[in-house]
Amino acid sequence: MTTLSDPPSQSFQFSKLINDTRYRSYTFQFIALLCVIALMSYLGWNLVQNLRAAGLNISYGFLGSPAGYDINQRLIEYDSQSTHWRAAMVGVLNTLLVAFLGCITATVIGVFVGVLRLSKNWLVRKIMSLYVEIFRNVPVLIWILVIMAIFIAVLPQPRDFRGDDATASMLGGLFAFTGRGFYLPRPYFTAEWAAGGAGWLVVIGVLIASFFGSRKLSAWASKTQEATGVRPTTWYLTLGIWFVPLLIVLLAQGLHWEIPALAGFNFQGGIFARNSLIALWFALSIYTAAFIAENVRAGILAISKGQTEAAASLGLRPNRIMNLVILPQALRVIIPPLISQYLNLTKNSSLAIAVGYMDLTGTLGGITLNQTGRAIECVLLLMLFYLTISLAISAIMNAYNNAVKLKER
Amino acid sequence: MKKSVFLGALTVAGLAAAAAGAATLDDVKARGKLNCGVTTGLVGFAAPDANGQWDGFDVGVCRAIAAAVLGDPTAVEFVPTTGKTRFTALASGEIDVLARNTTWTFSRDTDLKFDFVGVNYYDGQGFMVPKALGVSSAKELDGATVCIQTGTTTELNLADFFRANNISYEPVPIETNAEAQPLYLEGACDVYTTDASGLAATRAAFETPADHIILPEIISKEPLGPLVRHGDNDWGDIVMWTLNALIAAEEYGVTSANVDELAAGTDNPEINRLLGTEGDLGPMVGLDNQWAMRAIKAGGNYGELFEKNIGESTPIGLARGLNAQWTDGGLLYSPPFR
Amino acid sequence: MTEKASLAFVRDTMLPEQPPPASETGIIKWVRANLFPDVLNSILTIVALYLIIKIVVGAWPWFANGMWATSSLAECREILQGTTGACFSVLTERWNQLLFGFTYPNDQYWRPILAFVLLAFAAAPMLFAMFLPRKLLLFTALYPFIAFWLIWGGTVLTPLFALLGFVAAATVFPRVEKASGFASALGAAVVTAAIVWYVGGLIAGTTPNLIALEPVPSRDMGGFMLNFILGTVCVSLSLPLGILLALGRQSNMPIIKWICVVFIEFIRGVPLITLLFVANVVLAYFLPPGTNFDLILRVIIMITMFSSAYIAEVIRGGLAALPKGQYEAADSLGLDYAQAMRLIIMPQALKISIPGIVNVAVGLFKDTTLVSVISMFDLVGMIRGPILASTEWNGVYWELWGFAILLFFPVCYGISQYSQWLERQLATDHR
Repeated sequence: MTTLSDPPSQSFQFSKLINDTRYRSYTFQFIALLCVIALMSYLGWNLVQNLRAAGLNISYGFLGSPAGYDINQRLIEYDSQSTHWRAAMVGVLNTLLVAFLGCITATVIGVFVGVLRLSKNWLVRKIMSLYVEIFRNVPVLIWILVIMAIFIAVLPQPRDFRGDDATASMLGGLFAFTGRGFYLPRPYFTAEWAAGGAGWLVVIGVLIASFFGSRKLSAWASKTQEATGVRPTTWYLTLGIWFVPLLIVLLAQGLHWEIPALAGFNFQGGIFARNSLIALWFALSIYTAAFIAENVRAGILAISKGQTEAAASLGLRPNRIMNLVILPQALRVIIPPLISQYLNLTKNSSLAIAVGYMDLTGTLGGITLNQTGRAIECVLLLMLFYLTISLAISAIMNAYNNAVKLKER
Repeated sequence: MKKSVFLGALTVAGLAAAAAGAATLDDVKARGKLNCGVTTGLVGFAAPDANGQWDGFDVGVCRAIAAAVLGDPTAVEFVPTTGKTRFTALASGEIDVLARNTTWTFSRDTDLKFDFVGVNYYDGQGFMVPKALGVSSAKELDGATVCIQTGTTTELNLADFFRANNISYEPVPIETNAEAQPLYLEGACDVYTTDASGLAATRAAFETPADHIILPEIISKEPLGPLVRHGDNDWGDIVMWTLNALIAAEEYGVTSANVDELAAGTDNPEINRLLGTEGDLGPMVGLDNQWAMRAIKAGGNYGELFEKNIGESTPIGLARGLNAQWTDGGLLYSPPFR
Repeated sequence: MTEKASLAFVRDTMLPEQPPPASETGIIKWVRANLFPDVLNSILTIVALYLIIKIVVGAWPWFANGMWATSSLAECREILQGTTGACFSVLTERWNQLLFGFTYPNDQYWRPILAFVLLAFAAAPMLFAMFLPRKLLLFTALYPFIAFWLIWGGTVLTPLFALLGFVAAATVFPRVEKASGFASALGAAVVTAAIVWYVGGLIAGTTPNLIALEPVPSRDMGGFMLNFILGTVCVSLSLPLGILLALGRQSNMPIIKWICVVFIEFIRGVPLITLLFVANVVLAYFLPPGTNFDLILRVIIMITMFSSAYIAEVIRGGLAALPKGQYEAADSLGLDYAQAMRLIIMPQALKISIPGIVNVAVGLFKDTTLVSVISMFDLVGMIRGPILASTEWNGVYWELWGFAILLFFPVCYGISQYSQWLERQLATDHR
């Protein structure tokens, strides 16, 4: 005998919202959403109350008014009559500059040290691990300040170059390494049609052409090698392709060097790399390089020993094994942590404020904030800029990572 | 004030109740301490000594206010602020009064919603250079590297000065006076510029002050004074009249030494009103009648504070100049106590 | 016999083993293999040796001639008469400022020192859980309250009631959970704790002098002590927060997931210094009018948010690394979400994540020096501010920075070595 029982009634019960797994997640999400909205509106309400009590308002109008202050290092046109927005842009570019330079040198040093940490040479190995441990385990702010202290206290100041009893002199009469920064000779063109940036555009164009030329040459060499078994000697041709057109262009445009010379209070002329830039750049590089070295080492160790042995049995020499077999494979392991190191370096560049480098934190988050008193607006904008930069870097690097990573099928 | 409802751990970890909007006086009394914003360290104006005791001209003003309001010149919590943090510290209610050689300007008074209650030091921006540089005028500074404190009016004045004179310079921004010293001394900048009083104070802390000169040009007006939040006029009045009481006391010859004697009553009605033996001025600002007497007793009148901290007998060695009483040709002029 | 006779000579005993050639043994072999295996490495070795000798010879007189008992740099220079020599007297004179800041009362230094020593005992049961009895964890749980009382002072009632609140919550929780499930138990526990804290706050407020240490406001904390306090407090607070965020991000409820993702990615996308600016100049505007946290508390809030985002990412890695079978096994046992997480998933995920968490902790400890930028006098702030600017010690760089490095290095190096050791200990997979 079968008894038919009614299906459970579909009538809504309040307890279902908690106990029925079908609805529970909605309940929780709803509660969470409510909590977040409540928190936001609570904070917002407080903000409104506080601003009203203080008689302030939120306005970004100040970005359009003249900044009134000068910035020593600027990649774009700027003077004290430019707007606060322009000042912020100068800061963004300075942040990007030091981050870009830092990432390159940190990678170079990091790979170098990481490989040397696995060297056969005991002494070198130990020195490299000493370097890695010391730099990893001390705050980067201290390194920045220590390197700045070297500039302030150790290197000679321009006044030491002056007079008959000068205690310092220029290196080879061309370079001046002073506590205010490094003064280097600057190339420039005397030809009229190369004035401004035009001359450099031509040079860059020639270099690009040379690049494609040398690519063609090596393709031809490979082709010949495949056809005849003998690779033609091309190194002098490559050198020629790179340097002959370059030299011709440089000389045709009238290349001259502007040598820095002591004039008045400072050296004048030449390229001036400011102490704050160099201190920050160098400190960030060696600090981040210590981390990258560890990533590189871990990446190399992750490649199985069989690869080295297989390569060795093919008769490759140790350095070719490293370049042709190990590093290309290790690269895939290394890149993801490398991306986060780049992001860290960019974020750490905000410590520029400790040495007076005028990055984004120095202009928008520093002087503009101080002078206008618009704390909320400035800090918000500051965070937004950094967030954009971070997201952009990770997007680019992730795209690169996707391009090189092992395609698993 | 609603206090003590906050939970155990948080309370002691520093949850102090303070209203950002109104009734600062009640808060200060409830707290039993005055929160006073000062510099992170400028000898003569506000600097901690080796034992962590704050001392200086601005500190004296804070102590006078504490003495007037709370009856105890030591009931002050000194909050070190930088150029960046000072205004938010005041606006957010972290401090009750900012006595940090801050220049009285239009936009700070109006746009930033503060009230400057007076001027305790009339200053101007100057330049300090090493003697060895052989510079005698600021106009000869073409191409010089200049150290400036960021977030100050001096930064803007500097840009204006060099633009107006059509000469170039290289600014080196620094956060605090402390950081500027090594930069300037080691020669990383040729010139240090800030308020002339600050220059004198900084120079006094050098090993060989005589090797540095302050150039004759004063390129700006820098009236420095204490400020409070806009909107709490009662509190503003207290701070303003405490400062005025110190100035008036010097004018009438009331000093920390003779204030007790004079408080017994004199034949000068102005002094009597000031010291509370005549009239009822104290209750008008929500205090008792002896408030001004206590303020003067705390560290002395304006002149005494000046002489003790930054005057000619100190290493800083500032002359009274504009900061003399109006009777001596200066600008100090307290409204009458009546 | 015949055989023997036919041969001229047969060796019937073994010769003793010859020692290997001198060049293949002992120190010589080691030197050859490790220092001079080929031309390039030999050059490297010689260059490295040269540099080491150069540095040691250069730095030695600086150490050896160091002055320890002068009262100013000028005096050091006078005694040294132009020879190289360090001026370590700045350390002997200002050590208390470097370690405790310049406003912590001198006669109370024993309190942070004691708290610091106790920290070692409190941390040990957690760090070396496999060697020490579990009962010692009780002391670890008590430690925060003891340390709070020691460092901040005030009446003993404050930390006592804070502790009581947790105890009450912990007793209520399992009872209610048995009766009516996890969510309501959590609610009941929070309410219980809140009531105890409220009542306790009132009682502690009325008797501020009961068994009281001299109260020290947090504004007076400074020096290396401040770095240490910020580091330990923020790491401990951010751990539970990080776990919640990681679970939220792994959750299959889209709204909760997105809230967590946005929070984590936002915090990780901005530098810590901007968050400190928020603590310093903005946060006060978002609090209700009338309240005012002091700076150290605002900084703790922001650093905790910062590190919880990073810890969440580490734990998420741990969660993702667990085989899916573990989740399914928990489900098949009929455990609900809270039980599955508490009993099955989290213990394993946390174990995998510990080295990563320790790395975040080291990074955070180093990052506490950033508070010097917002005018707090931590170790770096003390050096840059009051000490380098004082008349006596204007220009003493290397001694001070060397001291700072000497304080940070052993701590960070020790913790990271610990994490590597732990990683080896916890390796349960067989390779």
